[in-house]
Amino acid sequence: MKRSMVSVMILAAVLAFLYVPIILVVVYGFVPNGISMSFFGSDGSFLGFTGKWYRYIFTGHQSVRALLQSFWLSLIIAGLSTVASCAIGTTSALALHKWRGRLQSIHHALVYTPLIMPDILIGISLLMLFAACHVNCGFWTILIAHITFCVSYVAMTVLARLQDFDDRITEAAYDLGAGPWYAFFHVELPILLPGIVAGGLLAFTLSIDDVVITSFVNGAGTNTFPTYVSSMTKHSRNLPSVFALSTLMLVFTCVLVGLSKLITSKGQAKLKVKAS
Amino acid sequence: MSSPLRSRRAEWLVTAPSFLWLALFFAVPAVIVLAFTFHGHDISGGVGEWSLSTWRELVDPDYPAIIWNTIKISVEVTIWSIVLAVPCAYAIARMNPRWRAIVAGSIMLPFWTSFVVRVFAWKTMLHPDGWLQACCNLFSIGGGHSTILDSEAAVVLVSVYSFLPFAIMPLYTAAEKFDFSLLEAARDLGAKNFYAFRKIFLPGIRQGLVSAVLMVFIPAIGSYVIPQMLGGTNCVLIGNKIFMRAIQNRNIPHASALATVMAVSVLIPIGLAMWWKRRQDARDRQRLEAQTAKLFTAEGGAAK
Repeated sequence: MKRSMVSVMILAAVLAFLYVPIILVVVYGFVPNGISMSFFGSDGSFLGFTGKWYRYIFTGHQSVRALLQSFWLSLIIAGLSTVASCAIGTTSALALHKWRGRLQSIHHALVYTPLIMPDILIGISLLMLFAACHVNCGFWTILIAHITFCVSYVAMTVLARLQDFDDRITEAAYDLGAGPWYAFFHVELPILLPGIVAGGLLAFTLSIDDVVITSFVNGAGTNTFPTYVSSMTKHSRNLPSVFALSTLMLVFTCVLVGLSKLITSKGQAKLKVKAS
Repeated sequence: MSSPLRSRRAEWLVTAPSFLWLALFFAVPAVIVLAFTFHGHDISGGVGEWSLSTWRELVDPDYPAIIWNTIKISVEVTIWSIVLAVPCAYAIARMNPRWRAIVAGSIMLPFWTSFVVRVFAWKTMLHPDGWLQACCNLFSIGGGHSTILDSEAAVVLVSVYSFLPFAIMPLYTAAEKFDFSLLEAARDLGAKNFYAFRKIFLPGIRQGLVSAVLMVFIPAIGSYVIPQMLGGTNCVLIGNKIFMRAIQNRNIPHASALATVMAVSVLIPIGLAMWWKRRQDARDRQRLEAQTAKLFTAEGGAAK
């Protein structure tokens, strides 16, 4: 069919378009000249690939120390905001699922609106709040901001999972004499766990990648990985180290996802065997 | 409904954490921003007396041009993304399930690299000394002397790159549910391929089209990193102006007013989409009711 050939060709072109920068990220991690970002010397001679940026990262060379520090800060903030937003987001989804009424419709609007607002508006409004309360911006304001935008994503992910949840299971637990806490921790939570994990992964990715909101509330001197990189792009001699670190992160995530796919597919295969 | 967790107090208890958190860190700040727009600013960087001067100053020739430019670029980016995403969604939905999962996954894979790093890779690529510019010069595209970096074209290009997956995903979800035998039926009835595509496929995935438009248009309006890194001084959008006013000039009222304008320009298309969806649903329901009524009368007639 002619029509589907055209669409397949467009798809191939789009995939190439999406992957060009990723390939470049990997290639630029081996650039010898960190200022011109070029593989060629000023006389046009080929300088070859270098592994020194990777060596710098693994040995904690002083030229990459600030970069690595910002990276650790990003990991800490993403970890903490994931845990906090999972807790707040799950209770939020439970409330939205269980009750209907005036309170929940306001609650729903409150949870839903941050999802449709551009990041920059959340950033500026939080900055205004902190400025109005004379709070000094730093670690804690970044953490608060990240939790704020992650809560909505977790809540919506868990809520979607709750839609398939059979409420009779909880009712059955009550009938069998379980208290509300026991029923929550032993019946609802285990069933909801995949939804919470999915929401948490989303929260972690969003938090570690956020630059707009953070650049409003980070104050002077506190940099996460994305804000540090964007400040580096103006004047730095160590730009290839950013690409090298990004390549390492990419490889790490690919391995992690590959492993989890392998485990789940093995688990599914086992289930199939059991079922047959 | 006798279970202990369904009492009024339990509702408040479970709702409280997210409700209070978002009220304090989302709703209250929004009100503060709105309140600041009705203040003047003083030179020391603080907020002045209550006045309408900020809104009056917003008509300053600088701002309407930036607002207009932001909307124009966002519309361009949205059109490009949709035009590219629809054939992609169509192609993926027509593949067999195994390939579908692989291709859909590989569209999301670039997201595992930091957004800033990807935009920065584009900047390096588009740099006057970069290889893309060298290629352009070689084939004398763009007259051989103009640069791609620091232009509106660079901002549109990289915005399409960044937001395209957000357009493909909802379209693909809609296309996956589409019944492709309808297209074959149309062809059997004599419709040309493109005619069937336009008259049957596009209306069939219209829900996906609406969410794809919103998924691209909203981040495009709020764009800040891309114009800042790739637009230089030639392409300043509302987002950059807000940052400039808030952080560099410490002109809080102006930043607040621009943020309000941005919020409004996001809420208008969302409101339109919701209104459209409600109308569609009402129409579908009416049609269904009419059909059921017809069926009943026909049955009644047959029974007589």
